[in-house]
Amino acid sequence: MATLTINASRLRKSYGTRAAVRDLTIQVGRGEAFGFLGPNGAGKSTSVKMLLGLVKPTGGNALLLGQPVGTRAVRARIGFLPEHFRFYDWLSASELILFHGRLCGLAEDTLRHKVPRLLERVGLGTQHNKPIRSFSKGMMQRVGLAQAIVNDPEILFLDEPTSGLDPAGRKLVRDVIGEQCHRGATVFLNSHLLGEVEQSCDRVAFIRDGIIVGEYQMNAWQSAQTEVEIKAARVSSVAMERLKDFTNNLHLKGETLRLRVTESSSLPHVVRCLVESGAEVFSVVPQRVSLEDLFLQVMGPEPGR
Amino acid sequence: MSESTIDMRAATDTPTPQIDDDQLNARAMEEVSNLNHPFGPSALQTTLLIARVTFREAARRMILWIALLAGIGFLAFFWTALYFVTKHHRPHTSIVDFREGVVMMTMMVLYAGSMMTSLMAVLTSCDTLSGEIASGTIHAIATKPVQRWCIVLGKWVGFVGMLTLYVLLIEGGTILLSWIQSGYRPPHGSAVLCLIWLQAMVLLGITMAMSTNFSSLTSGAISLGLYGLAFVGGWIEQFGSLRHVKACVELGILSSLIMPSDALWRRAAFIFQPPLLGAAGVTPFSGTLVPSEAMVVYAAVYALLSVLLAQFLFSRRDL
Repeated sequence: MATLTINASRLRKSYGTRAAVRDLTIQVGRGEAFGFLGPNGAGKSTSVKMLLGLVKPTGGNALLLGQPVGTRAVRARIGFLPEHFRFYDWLSASELILFHGRLCGLAEDTLRHKVPRLLERVGLGTQHNKPIRSFSKGMMQRVGLAQAIVNDPEILFLDEPTSGLDPAGRKLVRDVIGEQCHRGATVFLNSHLLGEVEQSCDRVAFIRDGIIVGEYQMNAWQSAQTEVEIKAARVSSVAMERLKDFTNNLHLKGETLRLRVTESSSLPHVVRCLVESGAEVFSVVPQRVSLEDLFLQVMGPEPGR
Repeated sequence: MSESTIDMRAATDTPTPQIDDDQLNARAMEEVSNLNHPFGPSALQTTLLIARVTFREAARRMILWIALLAGIGFLAFFWTALYFVTKHHRPHTSIVDFREGVVMMTMMVLYAGSMMTSLMAVLTSCDTLSGEIASGTIHAIATKPVQRWCIVLGKWVGFVGMLTLYVLLIEGGTILLSWIQSGYRPPHGSAVLCLIWLQAMVLLGITMAMSTNFSSLTSGAISLGLYGLAFVGGWIEQFGSLRHVKACVELGILSSLIMPSDALWRRAAFIFQPPLLGAAGVTPFSGTLVPSEAMVVYAAVYALLSVLLAQFLFSRRDL
């Protein structure tokens, strides 16, 4: 059993009569990359802020690394990249990382070696002395990422880390997430870019109206069902009836048959059934269900509202 | 939730890590032991870190340089004026009359300087907490292993450093120039500087306390509003004292209790002038009522409590 690094139970936050988060119950293990998804106004930011100790919950409880959220001992072991990372823009990149390293209580000796290495890692090695005000939004995010990992956190919270980043920057974020998980850190990723989440995370949770409405092991929903597109001629109504034994999700349009089976092992039976009923099968192509498809299914057609 | 066509089986098990858990835990523990301070930097270290960055931040703002230029302009102007006054000092004018003129001029410049210092205290600090909360800059700092009250204290120390230098330059410079040109050395020069400095501290504290909960603009407006109230209250008190209207005197005292900035200035002005001149009540700043030492103590406590209030409010609020 994996050690839980994030363990939140019925966490709640209300502002007056308005409930921003109604029930946040999540468990995340060590070394896991966890995606936290939801439409605008669903309570994502408030949830993350509660876990970071920036916002006091109205109810429920949460443990980070086995200790109550927000304590200094916990904060010494976490890292956070806020959305739209901003800082005193007259500092240079290395001064900024140095400042954050000192805030983490790191020794000067450690920082002397670490700061150049970190800036090199986020692709700003040659620009370490430039003031941040001359940086683009993407470069600013890179600096933000470097400050978030300066203390080798055990839990790394990333809030929209790839917004404003070019493809190379996005790859960098993915790589850093991979490295952090590999060294044993938990990565908590809050993002709108579902493609990024799909590539980086092991598991995702959806939040809607302040409640977790679903948790999925990445790709589990794909192995749990297979949607296929079959090109076949002369599909008879008898064949269609017989196929209903395998699926109730069946559409025939011209010579294209789309169906969804819960187990891929039933696909040979589907094909045999078609052939035996006199149909001519030209191709069987599995269709991929993307995270975006899943998101839209869970959230409904107008998730933003 | 709408009926879904996708099989949504929630993961019920605790996730399985990609690599061996013990190995990960061991690695994590090793990294923690690399931290010099497992609970973050000490309160003193945090305060000094934030103070240093705040001092530099304040120095980067245009307002400081503009105020500094204006201050130096004042000093240059004042020096020139003093030069001509001294040059045209006729031998038959008594030394008392000459000094009275110089003291009056110096006090005008000191007053302008104290106003600029007060404005500086408000304008540079009104944005520091509220601005960083609004922009999200504070999020990366407050999630570090530091106490929130140290963040406020650090900022305060940074501003105190900046304002101290400012008071020394502008007001200290004024007193020094006046001394050099006219030979008049105020009996309690350093006390005058301390009182004007305390005036800035009072405004700094209250602005920071406001800035923990209100926007930058609102915080600045509240502090300047209080400053204005104290100014008017001071004149009402003087008027009441001259015309023996007790209610006006009490109103004036009440305004000083709400915001002691003007009381501090009046005391500073009183102790700056030669004792005889002050007692004669011939300068605009030498009314019959001079704020007591108790008022100075009250102002010092006020300044201290407002910083503590800022720390308390900032530690409690959601960011």
